[in-house]
Amino acid sequence: MIIDWFVIAAQAFNFLLLIWLMKRFLYKPILKAIDAREKLIAEKLADADRKEAAAQAEQKEFQQKNEEFEQRHAELLSQATSEAESQRRRLLNEASEEADNLRAKRQEMLIHDAQKLDRAIGLRTQEEVFAIARKALADLSSDSLEERICEVFTRRLRDMGSEEKERLIKALSAQSGTAQLNSAFELSQAQRNNMQKTLGELFPTEIRLKFKTVPELIGGIELVANGHKIAWNIADYIASLEESVDRLIKEGRSNEP
Amino acid sequence: MRLSPDEIVYWQYGPIKLNATIVFTWGIMLVLAIGSMIITRRLQPGHKRSRWQNLLEIIVTGIEAQIGEIGLSSPRQYVGFLGTIFLFIAFSTLCTVIPGFESPTGSLSTTIALALCVFVAVPFYGIKEKGLGSYLKSYVKPTFIMLPFNIISEISRTMALAVRLFGNMMSGAMIIAILFTITPFLFPIIMTLFGLLTGLVQAYIFSVLAAVYIAAATVTHKTKTEPKTEEQ
Repeated sequence: MIIDWFVIAAQAFNFLLLIWLMKRFLYKPILKAIDAREKLIAEKLADADRKEAAAQAEQKEFQQKNEEFEQRHAELLSQATSEAESQRRRLLNEASEEADNLRAKRQEMLIHDAQKLDRAIGLRTQEEVFAIARKALADLSSDSLEERICEVFTRRLRDMGSEEKERLIKALSAQSGTAQLNSAFELSQAQRNNMQKTLGELFPTEIRLKFKTVPELIGGIELVANGHKIAWNIADYIASLEESVDRLIKEGRSNEP
Repeated sequence: MRLSPDEIVYWQYGPIKLNATIVFTWGIMLVLAIGSMIITRRLQPGHKRSRWQNLLEIIVTGIEAQIGEIGLSSPRQYVGFLGTIFLFIAFSTLCTVIPGFESPTGSLSTTIALALCVFVAVPFYGIKEKGLGSYLKSYVKPTFIMLPFNIISEISRTMALAVRLFGNMMSGAMIIAILFTITPFLFPIIMTLFGLLTGLVQAYIFSVLAAVYIAAATVTHKTKTEPKTEEQ
């Protein structure tokens, strides 16, 4: 076997050349590609880590916001509930007050109507009584109702007790003998003279009478001196009648369902 | 009987000759270089890549991993030298299945050339890693008396590398040739398959031994520098 040094040198050169070629065309490009891929993977992993961290941060933020929202929601709901409750109470109170006011007004109106009715009944009764009395008196005798009233009042004065007479004298003397004679109707001159004459007979001092027509006396006549009064009228009878009518009306209302 | 492809001479001018060893080496160089060039021309750095790129990546990363396992700290700088040894020998062996192909590794000149490259590469990387003085000191360790033994060891292991590879490759080819004359059909095929296995094992052994020698030349430096780096 011969060792050929030229071939050895040539093969050594060839091998070194092959090393260079392989480095140039194989190892460097392959390792470069592997490094690039590893870098890419590392970047992707780092990016994924960053994204995960960001996602976790966002999740935390979202949870926090959600909790805050829930808390705020609960607060608002509680506030709204309490406000609604207070509003309901206020409205109920207002409605109750309004209903009370309406009821009071209605009651007042009813009372007013009843009073009005009472007054109307009284006036009507007076008119009716007067008409009946006048008709009866006209049928039975020649006296008018006014004359009969004056006559009754004169009799009343004459039948007056001593104590009452004393109080009237004191009242007249306090007003220096002046008295007022109120009547529901206009007295004729003869009736006025008759009254003056009756008083002159009953009392020792001279009495000056002032005549005044007062329709509210309801068919009556009264003598007023310094707050003291002697009267006759049919208002008492009418009041008694009104009382009995009122009683009847109330009984009718209580029997209503 | 022909023992080496060196004996097939195509052209000669004085000492300069063009024999089968050189010609088939050029052929292997061309195939490896052009094949690599074609495949690596369109490399994809992403996840989608061709099967040829996958194959080359597996080979390169496998070589790098093997070098790292042997003990070399930065395997990437040795991939060019050790990887090329492995690929050249392995590809030469695989090509023996092509009829008429003469493996260059069956020539003692080629194996000596490869062993000489390793012989030069060991001190080159040793000096590069440790520095000239430190590397030369390794020859007188543990004592000065060991200097001749270390030198003899260097030369003998280089010779051993060359002869081992040549002996295996040549013997394989010779056995096939002998069997071909005795039983021309079945046994040569089986022995060719054995020859492929033997050739790949030899490629692995050659490159691993070269890596071990380089690692032995550079490892001392590492053990000394490690504490310093820790102190820093």
